[in-house]
Amino acid sequence: MAGSKRPDGTGETSPGHQRRADDRDDDLERRRRELEASLATRLPDRLEGENGTTKAAGVGYAQAFKLSSEFIAGIAVGAGIGWFVDRMAGTSPWGLIVFLLLGFGAGILNVLRSAGLVAEFGQGDKPRPKK
Amino acid sequence: MAADKVDPIHQFHINPIVPIHVGGYDLSFTNSSLFMVVAVVVASGFLFFATSGRALVPTRMQSMAEMTYDFVASMLRDAAGNQGMKFFPFVFSLFMFVLTANLLGLFPYFFTVTSHIIITFSLALLVIGIVIVYGFAKHGFRFLKLFVPSGVPLVLMPLVVAIEIVSFVSRPVSLSVRLFANMLAGHITLKVFSGFVVSLGAMGVAGMAGAVLPLAMAVALSALELLVAALQAYVFAVLTCMYLNDALHPSH
Repeated sequence: MAGSKRPDGTGETSPGHQRRADDRDDDLERRRRELEASLATRLPDRLEGENGTTKAAGVGYAQAFKLSSEFIAGIAVGAGIGWFVDRMAGTSPWGLIVFLLLGFGAGILNVLRSAGLVAEFGQGDKPRPKK
Repeated sequence: MAADKVDPIHQFHINPIVPIHVGGYDLSFTNSSLFMVVAVVVASGFLFFATSGRALVPTRMQSMAEMTYDFVASMLRDAAGNQGMKFFPFVFSLFMFVLTANLLGLFPYFFTVTSHIIITFSLALLVIGIVIVYGFAKHGFRFLKLFVPSGVPLVLMPLVVAIEIVSFVSRPVSLSVRLFANMLAGHITLKVFSGFVVSLGAMGVAGMAGAVLPLAMAVALSALELLVAALQAYVFAVLTCMYLNDALHPSH
């Protein structure tokens, strides 16, 4: 009577439980992987469906904002560095001229890079993989 | 009567709530600080309560929290690989903070934290600071290869390197300007169109009929603002992931 209540006495109940739990975990794991695989095949379709109508305006707006801010940031940073160099070295106005031109170049580079037309940082002539 | 009181910029004023002055610096607790605290509390409270159940079959709230987690995790894994996952807590906190602050700003009479460039610029500086520190700590001076693209003729090298450096420095600027400008412009537009409704409505019956147009516009703009708020938080997080990728793998 007392022995039947103690799991240690028999030593059978607990491994049995353990094995069943493992089976269930394996099964869940397998089903989860199958679900992920089937989701992955369906996901691109779903995203394209959404792009079609409502998101088009928002995405175009976001793209415009992105490109213009990249360009402006390049010029602003070039002007800022030039002004700082002039102030430190007293080479006014040459620092501003040179760095403004460099900033213009960097702005163009930023725009092309964020549009995916030029290689990423440190990647050389390898263009960014298209999404 | 309310027509001359419409001031689209007024909503961005910073008002001290608890004035604190330490050694000549103004460290007051302002309405901006208040809404930052609110954003942090809302974001962490949402995640805490949503995940406290830990059900195998998630409730709606838990499902939302898990989807956000999965979304950011897959974004980071796509951009920076599995090594990038050590930055997951950082990117996730950043995303949740920006998203919550943007969405809170959509409520009437709420202050939009991310419509001030100093906030977004601090966040961007934090990101770029982590990129630089981690890049140098992990790769040492090889991190500088980031600025030297391969396959460039030696004659052009100084020019290209200078442009690359300016381009790198402009990253936090463009990151912060984009978020700040989007939120600022959106809120001003919304306010201006709502102001039209009020001033036209004060002009009698014909004005009331005319006020329908800006009202419809304000409704449409609110929807657009909701999209922009989510989109900009997403863009901020995606670019953070891409910059972190540069710190992890400076030369591919």
